[in-house]
Amino acid sequence: MADNGDNDSQHRVNEGDYVVLKRGDIYKAVQIQKKKKTVFEKQWFFLDNAVGEFYGTTFEVVTGGTLQPRKPKHVESSADAKEAGTDNRNILDDGKSQKLTRDDIETLKEQGLKGQEIVQQLIENSTTFRDKTEFAQEKYIKKKKKKYENSVMVLKPSCRVLAMMYHSREPGKICHMRYDTLAQMLTLGNIHAGSKVLVFETCAGLVLGAVMERMGGYGSVVQMYPGGGSVRAGVESFGFPSHFHDTLHEFPICHVNALLAGALDTEAKDIDADAGQANGDKSNLTQTDPGKAESKEGSPDKEDQSMETSTSTDPAEDKEREEREKLREIRGQEKKVKMEAKRKKLAAAAAVLEGRNADGLVIASRFHPCPVLLGLIKFLAPSRPFVVYSQYKEPLIECYTKLREQGGAVSLRLTESWIRHYQVLPNRTHPMLLMSGSGGYLLSGTTVATDTPKTGSTRGEEPAAKRLKLTETTEG
Amino acid sequence: MSFVEYSEFIQEGDVAIIFLGHDSMMPVKVQQGSQTQTRYGVIRHSKDLIGQRFGTKVTCGKGGWVYVLHPTPELWTLNLPHRTQILYTTDIANITMMLELKPASVVCESGTGSGSLSHAILRTIAPTGHLHTVEFHQQRAEKAEEEFREHRVGHLVTVRNQDVCKEGFGVTGVADAVFLDIPSPWEAVQHAKNAMKRQGGRLCSFSPCIEQVQKTCAALADEGFEEISTLEVLLKVHDVRTITLPLPDFGPDRPLETPTDTPVPSNTSVLCKTTTPPREMAGHTGYLTFATKPRV
Repeated sequence: MADNGDNDSQHRVNEGDYVVLKRGDIYKAVQIQKKKKTVFEKQWFFLDNAVGEFYGTTFEVVTGGTLQPRKPKHVESSADAKEAGTDNRNILDDGKSQKLTRDDIETLKEQGLKGQEIVQQLIENSTTFRDKTEFAQEKYIKKKKKKYENSVMVLKPSCRVLAMMYHSREPGKICHMRYDTLAQMLTLGNIHAGSKVLVFETCAGLVLGAVMERMGGYGSVVQMYPGGGSVRAGVESFGFPSHFHDTLHEFPICHVNALLAGALDTEAKDIDADAGQANGDKSNLTQTDPGKAESKEGSPDKEDQSMETSTSTDPAEDKEREEREKLREIRGQEKKVKMEAKRKKLAAAAAVLEGRNADGLVIASRFHPCPVLLGLIKFLAPSRPFVVYSQYKEPLIECYTKLREQGGAVSLRLTESWIRHYQVLPNRTHPMLLMSGSGGYLLSGTTVATDTPKTGSTRGEEPAAKRLKLTETTEG
Repeated sequence: MSFVEYSEFIQEGDVAIIFLGHDSMMPVKVQQGSQTQTRYGVIRHSKDLIGQRFGTKVTCGKGGWVYVLHPTPELWTLNLPHRTQILYTTDIANITMMLELKPASVVCESGTGSGSLSHAILRTIAPTGHLHTVEFHQQRAEKAEEEFREHRVGHLVTVRNQDVCKEGFGVTGVADAVFLDIPSPWEAVQHAKNAMKRQGGRLCSFSPCIEQVQKTCAALADEGFEEISTLEVLLKVHDVRTITLPLPDFGPDRPLETPTDTPVPSNTSVLCKTTTPPREMAGHTGYLTFATKPRV
């Protein structure tokens, strides 16, 4: 296409892009890779032909798994739906209304017939089709189309489609968080560009990605992660530009106590100053697996050997062994570089957290939310929102109670959102038959400054809070 | 302070939210020499607010105290002066996500109404996006414009005083998303399509009645919109309570062996943490219809 190309280029699919495939209400996130077989909704194909096309294009899957852009939006031809019955009093379920057998249909498919043509064949060979009511005919066609039309849409990833995708495909991975609940979290947390947000999640990176999308690469996000490393599979799927990742920090939750006690920051500075010394201390702290620590200790004396590896041209038999050695060295080097980078990142994240002036806190994990909230809320500035997700209500009741006792937060609300989809069609409008039972629960609130601890803050807080409550009830 | 940027200290001209207690708040415009009366006593802006940190406890005249909070679109929604019915946070949250709003999005909205949704949109699309909002009621349009300026988001929004059903949004081919909250959205669908980018975008229409939804869906389908989907979202609030459940008295366990003078154990009730739904809740706000404009 010749029209103002530069503006359009970003709307075209490139090799390596993360995209979302859509068919009906089913989504799947994939990366565009040449000559890579993709399986989606019981069909397989290659995404090679999607490269260069616009996002939002619908493709037809043709034989050999190639994709063909569906250009003209084929008219919603309900064939010759002129003839239709008024009711089903004469329609018998004898199982013989379809004249085509399963084998016939398979043959049609093998002949490479398009989905649309197969549906047409099915209609023509249905003896009862003409007796069905107009609405029943439409429903029949819709159902068959869904089954036989092998089309797939390629979408640009967004929080909306990924949240819906995870909820329907892998709810277990995101603690059964429904998309409307995620929407509430982003809004209640006042997530926006330029702020400093803490995220603790075990939702495959979906929540982190959603927060990053709303920040647009402005401000900073600190991912607090449990265990050995952060999980970001979901973040990948968003396909953020690389500069977004510059604003993303990570901090292991196992260092939170040290940081709060002021024990970590000297460490962090050491790390920055001279890496060699901090090496040992660090490995104790991070509790990395012994293998990692070992390779790290091995690497310092073999520094600057990466040069050699590039000039290796020994023909002898010990070439293999040498190569193996070199490989190990390279790996050691790589590991060292990685560890170095990790420590630098830790120091950077610690620096971001140290001011205890974060603008928002989002928690959504499979861990008990109570200790997480009480620990991380300390990093927030006063008058900032926080939001905690839990699949279950009871842990949030505990959070609510503890936070009330502790003080430092107002506007505490335990909420649940409820969503209902509708079928809107002429004369057939009604709520969908199926609805989601629960999308999880949220505890949200706003931080406030705690009393200056002169004579024990809790003692000062308690009667005051009670008095406030009392006045409310009398006024209400 | 600004609605799109946090600041630490309260300054003259800021909007601050005075938090009086459970679900009771009031907005104040901070002005040197000004006073605000609350049920806990008077707040003197010069002494009690200006220069203080957002989130601090302010002691009022009668010895009572309040918290003073940094404004957010969500707090504003709960405190703004109503000139019309407004959209609340639950709907706003879903509209924002389903319209795929983010920094740099260009959004068209009509009507502006009381600006509840507008503030949330501005928060989300800042610092590089823009909101084109259309309000046919002149006084409301002017008031909204004034508010946006006061809230320091005026540079992100253009308010137009015109009829969106007749004159459209005043822009063409620029919007990533369009939001309609008007009595006859089907009459604005064509204008919405024109306002949107050639590459396509997302649309949302909010209507309280199902008949409006049906007409809108028909109009959207006619104009070639895809992925048309209607939904409804409600928020259930759970009040955390400690309740006492009394235990029934079945009488002594083994009546013959128990000496009659032993006192019956006093453990006759159980304390239990639970939640109760509020006696009444919002049962319906409106149907949200979403659609995608395909690329042309």
